[in-house]
Amino acid sequence: MKFRTLAAAAMIAAFGAGVVVAADEPQVVRQEMMKKVGGAMGALAGIAKGEKPFDADVVKASLTTMDEVAKAFPDQFPPGSETGAETEAGPKIWEDAAGFKAESDKFAASIEAVLASPPADQAAVGPALGSLGASCKSCHEVYRVKK
Amino acid sequence: MTFKRIVSGLVIAGVVGGGAFLWLTQPQRLPADVWTAVNAPDLANGERMYHAGGCASCHAAPGAPDDQKNVLAGGLALKSDFGTFHAPNISPDETAGIGQWTLAEFGDAMKQGTGRDGEHLYPSFPYASYAHMTVQDIADLYGYLKTLPASANVAPGHDLPFPFNVRLVLGGWKWLYLDDGPRVELASADDSVKRGQYLVEGPGHCGECHTPRDILGGLKTDQWLAGGPNPEGEGRVPDITPREGGFGSWSAGDIASYLETGFTPDFDSVGGSMVAVQKNMAALSKEDRDAIAAYLKAIPAR
Ligand code: HEC
Ligand code: HEC
Ligand code: HEC
Repeated sequence: MKFRTLAAAAMIAAFGAGVVVAADEPQVVRQEMMKKVGGAMGALAGIAKGEKPFDADVVKASLTTMDEVAKAFPDQFPPGSETGAETEAGPKIWEDAAGFKAESDKFAASIEAVLASPPADQAAVGPALGSLGASCKSCHEVYRVKK
Repeated sequence: MTFKRIVSGLVIAGVVGGGAFLWLTQPQRLPADVWTAVNAPDLANGERMYHAGGCASCHAAPGAPDDQKNVLAGGLALKSDFGTFHAPNISPDETAGIGQWTLAEFGDAMKQGTGRDGEHLYPSFPYASYAHMTVQDIADLYGYLKTLPASANVAPGHDLPFPFNVRLVLGGWKWLYLDDGPRVELASADDSVKRGQYLVEGPGHCGECHTPRDILGGLKTDQWLAGGPNPEGEGRVPDITPREGGFGSWSAGDIASYLETGFTPDFDSVGGSMVAVQKNMAALSKEDRDAIAAYLKAIPAR
């Protein structure tokens, strides 16, 4: 009885540990980062379309989230993470590492430009969204491959 | 003795059969009066067809920035299972481009895959889709292309191994696959769905990427828009039929919004070769994007 409970606990712990290890894999980390970016864009788009009320704090928080990702994102592609965990990272990230870094920097710069004078009302959110969205497309066009 | 006779019999049958086949599959031209019957070009509609057709995606110089995309100088390398094609110069330049082509010559290229010298064109130029376009839309497009800047660039030739470098063999391909009938039969389609069908199956040539191909490079029309491995290399082109548990979860509004903004319902951003297509879709009218969305909701799920 006791032994079985212990064994179960050990198995759960081992399983849990396994999950933790998997979540540390760069493929998973960077996918989670991009999901956050998607969520932030969704929050901004909701305001731009008038589905959500304008809220300066939400705008600021969304932009800050994206800024953090943009800075850390290019470090999530160590050698060996080209495949696995259903990654959709394209081979060009490694073939043209400098180009990829430049694309990430451009993304960070476009976010910081918006952060420097954040949209002050609903009407200003749409144009900001447009300038951010252009970076998503130009990076995904070359460095991301749908599987 | 008998063996020799059988062989020569086969050779004769082969030559005669092959000759008949080549005759059957020789490059076609449309009757000249098809092109004389058109109205003066509507340049705004020509521009719409130019965007819907995505001509610049292949015919602009490789890597051209957005403000140079209307210079259709050619040169882009298009890799395929059959070798590497280079998109030609189709700017209005008189020698390097198509400045001297008549409307009939241009129209035969678009609708019949027949080149100016009466040769077969390769289906890497998606004329198997453009063949679905109306004569008037092609005339309007022809008029619009004449307004674009000329370029004297001479694009490199194709780099194809035997037998694909022999244009004659394309006759058989066209005979099998060039068909301007509808790709799917849609009962009780309203005007919007019909417009969407025209845009998707004709100028938009969506099926050229989103429909899987057989080993001869023909579209598997029973898998219309069902997606498959990306013929240009890495990854997959997604299924865009209303399949449950897949693209079927996108509403018509989601699809129209993706074509306009490039964002999926969960705020993923468009990527790969679809980026250029999406930018072109954004240049169409809202009605046209809604029509495409309505058609994609109306076709059979795969
Ligand atoms: C510097 C390049 C770059 C930029 C800029 C970029 N992305 Fe990404 N994105 C990627 C890569 C690479 C992947 C694939 C990651 C993987 O699967 O390993 C990705 C994946 C995604 C995903 C899918 C995540 C998942 O696995 O579910 C979403 C959503 C996404 N990006 C949204 C965005 C949005 C929205 C923007 C703009 C605000 C953006 N991205 C900007 C490179 C970029
Ligand atoms: C997917 C790439 C692609 C797209 C999109 C495309 N073309 Fe082309 N086009 C080609 C290729 C490749 C050839 C060369 C075919 C050959 O040599 O047989 C070509 C050839 C042509 C030719 C014949 C030129 C010549 O010198 O023989 C014309 C005319 C033409 N295209 C017009 C257009 C127009 C107009 C559009 C837009 C409605 C368009 N193309 C879109 C790839 C493309
Ligand atoms: C040059 C090839 C090409 C052509 C032509 C093309 N597509 Fe795509 N399409 C793609 C690729 C590749 C993707 C995956 C995009 C990505 O990586 O984000 C895609 C994605 C899509 C998606 C998003 C599906 C999803 O599940 O994310 C839709 C909707 C779509 N295409 C519709 C169209 C329509 C409508 C047309 C015709 C007007 C068209 N496409 C023409 C290559 C193409």
